[in-house]
Amino acid sequence: MMDTKLNGPLPAKPSRWPFYFFLIGLFAIVLISAIYIGANPLTFIQNSDNMVDLFVRMFPPAWSYIATTTPAMLETIRMALLGTTIGMVFSIPIMFLCARNIFRLRWLVELSRIGLNVLRTIPDLLLAAIFAAILGFSPLAGIVALSIFSIGIIAKLSFEAIENIDNGPLESMTAVGANKLQWIAFGVVPQILPHFVSYVLYTFEINIRAAAILGLVGAGGIGVFYDRALGFFAYDQVLALILYTLVVVIIIDLISLKIREKLL
Amino acid sequence: MIELNDVSKVYSNGVKGLEDVNLKINKGEFVSIVGLSGAGKSTLLRSINRLIDISSGDIKIDEKSITSASEKQLRMIRRDIGMIFQSFNLVKRSSVLRNVLSGRVAYNNTLRTLLNLFPQKDVDLALKALERVNILDKAYTRSSELSGGQQQRVSIARTLAQEAKIILADEPTASLDPVTTKQVMDDLKKINTEDDVTVIINLHFVDLAKEYSTRIIGLQAGKVVFDGTPEEATSEVFEEIYGRSLKEDELLGEENL
Amino acid sequence: MSQRDQLKKARARKRGKIAIILIGLIAIYVWAISGIEFRGIQETAGPVTKNILKGFISPDWSYVYSPDGEDLIRGLLETLAIAIAGIFLSIILAVPVGLWAAKNLSKSFITSQSGKGVLSFFRTLPDIILALLFIKVVGPGAFAGMLALGIGAMGMLGKLYAEEVEAMDPGPVESIAAVGGNKLQQLAFGVIPQVLPGFISATLYRFEINMRSAATLGLIGAGGVGTALIFAIQGRSWDRVGIILIGIVVVVLIVDLLSSALRKRIT
Ligand SMILES: Nc1ncnc2c1ncn2[C@@H]1O[C@H](COP(=O)(O)OP(=O)(O)OP(=O)(O)O)[C@@H](O)[C@H]1O
Ligand SMILES: [Mg+2]
Repeated sequence: MMDTKLNGPLPAKPSRWPFYFFLIGLFAIVLISAIYIGANPLTFIQNSDNMVDLFVRMFPPAWSYIATTTPAMLETIRMALLGTTIGMVFSIPIMFLCARNIFRLRWLVELSRIGLNVLRTIPDLLLAAIFAAILGFSPLAGIVALSIFSIGIIAKLSFEAIENIDNGPLESMTAVGANKLQWIAFGVVPQILPHFVSYVLYTFEINIRAAAILGLVGAGGIGVFYDRALGFFAYDQVLALILYTLVVVIIIDLISLKIREKLL
Repeated sequence: MIELNDVSKVYSNGVKGLEDVNLKINKGEFVSIVGLSGAGKSTLLRSINRLIDISSGDIKIDEKSITSASEKQLRMIRRDIGMIFQSFNLVKRSSVLRNVLSGRVAYNNTLRTLLNLFPQKDVDLALKALERVNILDKAYTRSSELSGGQQQRVSIARTLAQEAKIILADEPTASLDPVTTKQVMDDLKKINTEDDVTVIINLHFVDLAKEYSTRIIGLQAGKVVFDGTPEEATSEVFEEIYGRSLKEDELLGEENL
Repeated sequence: MSQRDQLKKARARKRGKIAIILIGLIAIYVWAISGIEFRGIQETAGPVTKNILKGFISPDWSYVYSPDGEDLIRGLLETLAIAIAGIFLSIILAVPVGLWAAKNLSKSFITSQSGKGVLSFFRTLPDIILALLFIKVVGPGAFAGMLALGIGAMGMLGKLYAEEVEAMDPGPVESIAAVGGNKLQQLAFGVIPQVLPGFISATLYRFEINMRSAATLGLIGAGGVGTALIFAIQGRSWDRVGIILIGIVVVVLIVDLLSSALRKRIT
């Protein structure tokens, strides 16, 4: 073993206390949160029979329920499709308004961004609950909710893509004296179109998942059946629904992914 | 002592990394391994501490076979072998001291190391190691804030803290400038002579190999084609190893040193 | 001449492709639109919309805080608490599963793939459905919501963690193996310090989503501000709906801002 006596002075050791305090603070917040909502692991353990019971009663899944719920599943897909499409249409002006390199009016851009950020804070299911109250319990409420929800995603991703585009084509459009619309159509659109389509497809994937549960607040689709099956404690039907949704989601994801790969 | 007996390595894609290598490296030697890119230098080095499993043959470190060692035995053997990489392989976000201390993990029980509770004597050892390579003042600095040469000295300090009996260095100076290269090589040489640590080093620069080593091994397509002293390693020998005369970039150039 | 023919052919083929895509799209939309049962908008839609807008303009400020009983602040705090406790649970679950699913940490392909399978199963389970199931286990309330978020976020977090691990530099891990460190030590000294910033960033990102999710849990009885919202909607007290929505927007916006500022600082 070598001699460990140092010849020179030791550099000052930075204190670890700030770090420890930070950790303690973090744990305190988690603990307080858990206590505040009465999260008691004991309750969970005591009720583990319920859990086991629930699992046991899930099997075997009620496969016949799949046939019963297929029209609702198709409705779910329709809702997602139409919601995404309408959202896409409305995203187009909004995304240009939010991009700093398109419009020079600072206040307009910043205002649009704040608006978009506010829009993005409202979860899909809340939108659906509100529109179900306005439009009645129907798929229409779901479609409107999904449209608004889609704007948040598509416009956000797209305006970020727009801000990352190559400046060259824009300058050449300016050089040939194009007006704003021509400038966008020939300078910006060709560059972002593949991204835009890809984001729309991505949003469609998200919307399929979202549409599957909107029925819980009365906004159409297969979610209604979750409510019904759970109400009757028919867990085998619930499992069938979960698996059915899973399969549909996976298939649509795969198709969408294939198209997106081709695009980019 | 390191013994390689009929060592061959065939990669899963069929490439022969090493072929029938027989070597005996004694304690305290400073061995340079030279050869073209792809000759098998890294393969040889990484076989010695079994970062690569060889296909046939046997490698013994101080009479103990590393080839047939159990998981636990392997870790004990590796504890005594330091390794220095071309790309430093430090955890850049961790402090210099923690990187050096990581050389001590195999000496301590797992829980202790996970909680970062190294014994004071390990910390002292690590600090001394840093002092020996002249970067003690950086002990609590983030490793990412160090220059390449300094980072490489941190990995040398790690092998020191490890109290390694053997140091394997895979092109340790390849990403350094000539001046730093010389400092790092001097550090290695110093450890080699002062602590009687065996050094096995892969080198890209032939003149470095000749200047620092006590023995040079030439590899070609996985086979040992030269094994001798620096004096025996004439330019004809190198032409043989490289299959052609040396190019400018294989010499560091004396005027830089 | 032949070059021009080729060009023509290529153009014709491209046009054919576009035509097929267009026809496909039209068919899909015809299918979608014709299938939607349009029962007409209920007559109350106009007045309700007007009332909601009115609710936004003159929200029920008195609901923000009341010394005793239900108020907005308590609802929002509960939502925040659900999101925090939930993310904590998902971190505990997602770290081991994420490491299991990372293909550069396991020797066999099957091991990591099975981990990925588990993760994608949990990722497709909506939080809300999980919440409904947990209500059956522990009864309605915030605890059920927290469990749902904890399990629900595990899928996404685990996947993000695994991706982070897969993108790391293998060098430092190898250097710990080379000094004789065992698997756990390789993890603690080689892997964790490298991936920590990425893990934190992913966790914060998921926390932003948790906030939104937690705000909806109450709609189905799993605690948080959503409970108050659904009661207000059912009771048609639109000024209360207005103030609750404003509250949600403000809190989620603040969390988003803090989280993205933190994420920027880390990376
Ligand atoms: N993991 C691997 N799988 C397959 N073949 C490999 C692998 N690692 C190395 N090889 C091959 O084995 C041979 C020897 O490689 P090695 O890395 O030992 O060469 P080297 O002498 O260190 O070269 P360099 O100077 O470029 O570092 C090369 O042909 C290389 O392509
Ligand atoms: Mg090499």
